[in-house]
Amino acid sequence: MSAAPAERRAVSAEVPAAPGWWRLLPSRVLTFWTVEIWRIRHDQQELVTRAIQPALWLLIFGETFTRLRAIPTGSVPYLDFLAPGIIAQSGLFVAIFYGIQIIWERDAGVLAKLLATPTPRVALVAGKAFAAGLRSAVQAVIVFILSALLRVGLIWNPLHLLGAIAVVMVGAAFFSMLSVTIAGVVLSRERLMGIGQAITMPLFFASNALYPVHLMPGWLQALSTINPLSYEVDALRSLLIGTPGRLGLDVAVLAAATTVGIAVSASLLGRLAR
Amino acid sequence: MSLTPAIQCVGLRHRFDDVQALDGVTFDVAPGEVFGLLGPNGAGKTTTIRVLTTLLPAGEGYAAVFGLDVRRQQMAVRRVIGYVPQQLSADAALTGYENVWLFARLFDVPRADLHRRIDEAIRLMDLEPAARRLVSTYSGGMVRRLELAQALVNRPRLLVLDEPTIGLDPVARSGVWDRVRALRAETGMTVLLTTHYMEEAEQLCERVALMHHGPIRTLGRPEELRAELGPEATLEDVFRHHTGSMLDEEGGFRDVRSTRRTARRLG
Repeated sequence: MSAAPAERRAVSAEVPAAPGWWRLLPSRVLTFWTVEIWRIRHDQQELVTRAIQPALWLLIFGETFTRLRAIPTGSVPYLDFLAPGIIAQSGLFVAIFYGIQIIWERDAGVLAKLLATPTPRVALVAGKAFAAGLRSAVQAVIVFILSALLRVGLIWNPLHLLGAIAVVMVGAAFFSMLSVTIAGVVLSRERLMGIGQAITMPLFFASNALYPVHLMPGWLQALSTINPLSYEVDALRSLLIGTPGRLGLDVAVLAAATTVGIAVSASLLGRLAR
Repeated sequence: MSLTPAIQCVGLRHRFDDVQALDGVTFDVAPGEVFGLLGPNGAGKTTTIRVLTTLLPAGEGYAAVFGLDVRRQQMAVRRVIGYVPQQLSADAALTGYENVWLFARLFDVPRADLHRRIDEAIRLMDLEPAARRLVSTYSGGMVRRLELAQALVNRPRLLVLDEPTIGLDPVARSGVWDRVRALRAETGMTVLLTTHYMEEAEQLCERVALMHHGPIRTLGRPEELRAELGPEATLEDVFRHHTGSMLDEEGGFRDVRSTRRTARRLG
């Protein structure tokens, strides 16, 4: 060897102190949030391009159906009824392809490197889930701005808006975990793209995002009942347009679904890293 | 004084479907040693590293890092290692500083020391002028040095490098070797690296283990292994003597795909 060997040193088996679970989970979530904020700051163009679709839904679909009065929404103008659905949809579209990022990270060796840090798998996927939530929340803020420009009658109370952002984050965290779960099963970017595209529209149309549940045929109403997007939209309508709803139940369902999603994704992470 | 080995592997065996990836792998690495696992693609080098970094539980056998059982004390093992995988794995959408920050946080570097430790790792890899630039603007050699900075920010006792110079041009390769040598001279850190470049093994390693299709075929100091075959013998000759094949004759489609992916990311 050309380099002079360094003097051998006695190395103790002392291991750096580890923070407890109660600190580890929020610490990892905050870490991945910070990284996501940096990513967004470095690529603001993506925010603009992602805003096009919700803008079209509100401008074309919303304005047209408001004038047609084809969908009965009681005393609430259709555009106001639609806006919370579009906010939820824009978060869904961001989160449902998050599994692609995990597969990319697997292919690039990033996942192996992350898994070799002292981060429990649950904390790692929770961090990723809420990073997706953060990106969706930024998207929701853009839809709030679009809604203001279109004079949508939202409740502009800051507490209600913050509550709506929290709901969007939890909803996106669930859908990103659904995506990571699918990634953990199919293990390929192409298959995940196909499945993602195949389930996004059914999730959207089999929810209350575009029309009230009572207008749906019975079988679609049943699907809507087990669709977490319906609970997200219901919570957003309660907060943003004051529709009488079941906010507590909605949040509980979303939180439970996200917890299950994180647990399942964490259990599949080893399969992805193999 | 008897030292706890930095690495201890005893009878490691692991099978992927019909491929015996590890077959009775046994070796020790002393604290402060630079040890190389040498072999062609598919020899079992990366599988050994995955076992030692807790990414893969070995089917059979025992492995420990500084006396910590890799199967039972996974979190403790992860706190004493720094790992650089084969692929170029830095996040191109972030700056160099942000990439190192991420790993400093994941290793729970105390907030009071955070910026000093990040600056120290970046300085050690001579990346200060580029630290605030997006990694997408880095050359392949700079990305590799950044990954070394990421792996060093927790001041690991064991640095694990999986094919550290694969896909790099000779200048970038030499740059990485210089950093590893400097690191070794400065810290006396234990280094485990895998390579299929003989020159790399000769330049960096005090001892090497030649792996082929699962088992270790021979192990020793490069000069001793060469001397056993004669004064003109190279490590390539040693490898051929013990395995009957050349280093670059092996490797499956998966290895080729992985190498190509790395090369593509290098641009």
